[in-house]
Amino acid sequence: MENAIVRVRSLYKSFDEHKILNGVDLDIEEGRITAVIGKSGTGKSVLLKNIIGILKPDKGEIFFRDSDIAKMNKEELLEIRKNIGYLFQDAALFDFMSVEDNIKFPLVEQLGLKNGKELSARVAELLELVGLPGTEKKFPSELSGGMRKRVGLARAIAVKPKIVLFDEPTTGLDPILAESIDALIDMVNKELNMTCVVISHDIASVFRHADKIALLYDGVIQFCGTPDEALASTHEVMQRFISNSFRGIGAERR
Amino acid sequence: MLQFFYKLGRSLSDFMRFLGDCCRWLFVPPYRIGQIAEHIERIGIQSIPIVALSVFTTGMILALQLINIMYIFRAETFAGAAVAIAMSRELAPVVTAIVLIAKNGSAMTAEIGSMQVTEQIAAMETMAVSPLRYLVVPRIFASILAFPALTAVANAVGVYGGYFVAAHVMNVNSVAYLSTMYFYVDPDDIWTGLIKAAVFGFIVTVICCYQGLQTSGGAKGVGRRTTAAVVISTVAILVADYVMTFLFIRFLGM
Repeated sequence: MENAIVRVRSLYKSFDEHKILNGVDLDIEEGRITAVIGKSGTGKSVLLKNIIGILKPDKGEIFFRDSDIAKMNKEELLEIRKNIGYLFQDAALFDFMSVEDNIKFPLVEQLGLKNGKELSARVAELLELVGLPGTEKKFPSELSGGMRKRVGLARAIAVKPKIVLFDEPTTGLDPILAESIDALIDMVNKELNMTCVVISHDIASVFRHADKIALLYDGVIQFCGTPDEALASTHEVMQRFISNSFRGIGAERR
Repeated sequence: MLQFFYKLGRSLSDFMRFLGDCCRWLFVPPYRIGQIAEHIERIGIQSIPIVALSVFTTGMILALQLINIMYIFRAETFAGAAVAIAMSRELAPVVTAIVLIAKNGSAMTAEIGSMQVTEQIAAMETMAVSPLRYLVVPRIFASILAFPALTAVANAVGVYGGYFVAAHVMNVNSVAYLSTMYFYVDPDDIWTGLIKAAVFGFIVTVICCYQGLQTSGGAKGVGRRTTAAVVISTVAILVADYVMTFLFIRFLGM
């Protein structure tokens, strides 16, 4: 695909004897929201961690534009990561730093900003963007799960990366909070023009927001297409996923 | 059995690679002066009372034993020189290092370990910051400076502990006690102790930080790695002490 910003080719990854990724092929289109769905423990997070280079694949290629992330050494990886933001499942905020210092971290370390006023202004702007103005001085332990994810998002997009990876952004949140996080993902995609990759169990939200859906099952991408194509798909596993997720609660009760 | 040696070999080679990386990054600016100062405060200044208390009692015990034995030869005043030499060459660096392993080495492993299990280390990597440079190198610098500084304090306090027992408990002639000490103690005795302390600081920090970065498996994993860090670094400094003492005496005549 021509406008793919990330291309994953025949990616293999196993831990000891346990095969997790078994030849994954995936194109992530620039400027779109791509959702990767699949059962828990099928390696969705492992796929994201391979893309950002925290994990090294056993075999295969991961192209960011024209450079192969899988073949990079540590220094090259640090450089390429400036283009990629990552929101961890539990936000992974530095618990010994305030919210402000957490968001300043990538600005200082990656962009080399030093001017205190400029930094504070940028932090305030980012917090405003994720709907948490005025929380600069708080510590992560004082925030709720949803707030931590918002701060994590602010930190992930602070350096204006080209692509943001979301590791189960709505897991563990109530439906209203989950919807607000989904809205933030939309905002990151549409207003900030960043490519988004979301891995999720939340099939309903995926169908509402994603431009493209990829199903990871048995270590390979079994299906990849638009939500409409997914609904029309005759792929057995995809069908099972959809029917289980959208089965009416009333019907279940009956 | 074969499995055991295979695992041992692999962890040793991982550790050697980590050690190599640490040595390399020690010489690559920028140096994070603020962080180094913060760690010096925690390792150095905040440890003065506990180190002083430990070596004061060690000096007292040593003087008590030596005076008791030397009294047989009516040579109890020489205990002054014996306490000062033993203290500056061996006891001050070793006791200081053991106290610092218990107080700060364990804290390094626990801190870095809990960051590892909560994905904060991975988050740091995704933001293009090497955890080794951000977390480990400043601690190594701080330890290389703080261990000898505390050892110098320990020398003075330990020698005073010995003098206190000699003069006030065992009623040894205090002028003779001090004059034998001045006569027999050589600057080399103090230098070798301080060099040892700096090496101990490096060894302890590298081992404790390495154990922290290797942590997996939640709170239990943090506990297991902290125990391992304390045990391994204690044994390591004793082995290193023997090797350095041998080298000093055999090859440098110190």
